[in-house]
Amino acid sequence: MTMDLLSSLSLSTPELILAVGAMVLLMVGAYSRGNSSTAVTGLAVAILALAAVWILVAQAHGTAFAGAYVQDDFSVFMKVLTLAGSAFTLIMYVGFAKVERFDNFEYPVLVMLSTLGMMVMISANSLLALYLGFELQSLALYVVAAINRESARSSEAGLKYFVLGALGTGMMLYGISLTYGYTGSIDFAKVAAAVTGERQLGALFGLIFILAGLTFKISAVPFHMWTPDVYEGAPTPITAFFAVSPKVATMALILRVTMDAFAPAASEWQQIIVFISIASMVLGSFAAIGQRNFKRMMAYSSIGHMGFCLVGLAADSEAGIRGVVIYMLIYVAMTLGTFAFIIAMRRKEGQVERIDDLAGCASTNPWMATILTILLFSLAGIPPLAGFWAKWYVFLAAINSGLYALAVIGVLTSVVAAFYYLRIIKIMWFDETAGGFLPMAGELRFVFGLSGAFVLFYVLIGGPISTYAEAAARSFF
Amino acid sequence: MTVGIGHYLTLSAILFTLGIFGIFLNRRNVIVILMSIELLLLAANLNFVAFSATLHDLVGQVFALFVLTVAAAEAAIGLAILVVFFRNRGTIAVEDVNMMKG
Repeated sequence: MTMDLLSSLSLSTPELILAVGAMVLLMVGAYSRGNSSTAVTGLAVAILALAAVWILVAQAHGTAFAGAYVQDDFSVFMKVLTLAGSAFTLIMYVGFAKVERFDNFEYPVLVMLSTLGMMVMISANSLLALYLGFELQSLALYVVAAINRESARSSEAGLKYFVLGALGTGMMLYGISLTYGYTGSIDFAKVAAAVTGERQLGALFGLIFILAGLTFKISAVPFHMWTPDVYEGAPTPITAFFAVSPKVATMALILRVTMDAFAPAASEWQQIIVFISIASMVLGSFAAIGQRNFKRMMAYSSIGHMGFCLVGLAADSEAGIRGVVIYMLIYVAMTLGTFAFIIAMRRKEGQVERIDDLAGCASTNPWMATILTILLFSLAGIPPLAGFWAKWYVFLAAINSGLYALAVIGVLTSVVAAFYYLRIIKIMWFDETAGGFLPMAGELRFVFGLSGAFVLFYVLIGGPISTYAEAAARSFF
Repeated sequence: MTVGIGHYLTLSAILFTLGIFGIFLNRRNVIVILMSIELLLLAANLNFVAFSATLHDLVGQVFALFVLTVAAAEAAIGLAILVVFFRNRGTIAVEDVNMMKG
């Protein structure tokens, strides 16, 4: 018994590091006088990095806590990606907090708690672990969305996110209860064994409700309504966090639920995923065209990207899962860079975020404009940049699984989506200048440059990344 | 007539539907939305306990206890966000949650 507990604890050391670290940092913030926000943020980044390094060095595999927790190649890949996303968004937050005089040490602590929830989600191997991880993540995210207490827009974003998020959680919980009732277990393996028998309508209803709750968090259509408002209302570094880490973790959880717990019912969930994927790709590309606010446009862009990513899952093959994993990695890199740029859209009179404010910034801030152009080309999926390879892997997997219509619709919508990315490039390079931006802060330049370099040189480093992704995908087969 | 699993499932389905409709049809007050959310969680809990009794399996009841705890935290956070919203806007009517659109 104690040996069991000890080996379970040692397997989940990264989670323990985050949990203890978050509590310690809360105490540090509460008991230090005056401005502790920068110190707490720095320490939070260090702890996130420590957890990521631990995962990479230990490479521990196995199950823990009576099978409720699983650590395999897939969770290693996704956890490191989530931790990196959280750490980079925290780095981008430091300078922003200083100039906006927006100073609370609670933010890094909440990000750590939320990231802890995401790590539990990625390692979930039972419905209870799924639910608790999901709620730990969500509860912290609700508070984070409303964290700017003086801003009416931020609190409205928090309220909307809370109401719709709680609705999603309620549906997911109802689905979990049905799945438990009709399969008699909350263990993923036992659920899968029970689904293999005669097709049970009850368990399938459960799956549909669970998927509804999960697709809510990756903001896939038809559960995307909150995304544009929360992206616009929340402070920009926090929007960047919303756009990155929760999506990676929830996508990982969707893969676990579909490929592990409901693997025998693949023909049923495949239809649902295909529908969600097509709806997200279409809405993401058409609704973004009319947007005037850069953050709002990025919200629709992320809806579209989640649709492309789900194409890989719909393929229901090892190549498809590898495509999803690579897509999430590239999506995180592109999104971080773009948001670093949006945070740097600052003039003497303050922060701006309309697309028109970008006019002619190629002549005033040539380097910023050049790297953003690279990122936008990549978001649009133009070779040889990273975004092209992300789409290449998922569409190829879809074609190999015989989903020709899905792949064709995907390619067509990505052409439509290219329109609004290219329009921004046109505004930057060919329009009359609207007054440039202040020079980028050091930490933003770091994230922005790193992201630009990753996207530009992906062709060179894509080989080893693809090997890791392949190992991650093999965990399911 | 004995009360069987079917009756519990019907009741919880009715509660769940009420909760969903409470969120979407209510045009007046955000507090009502919070109450509807509690109804959703209650419906799921009823399912868990009913299934647990039918299957002679304790896991469902343990799950229900976890759900109760998380629901309390969720309600606290929801009310806190609502208070912040009220301080900024001076209202909690649903039709006033409309600064951002599109």
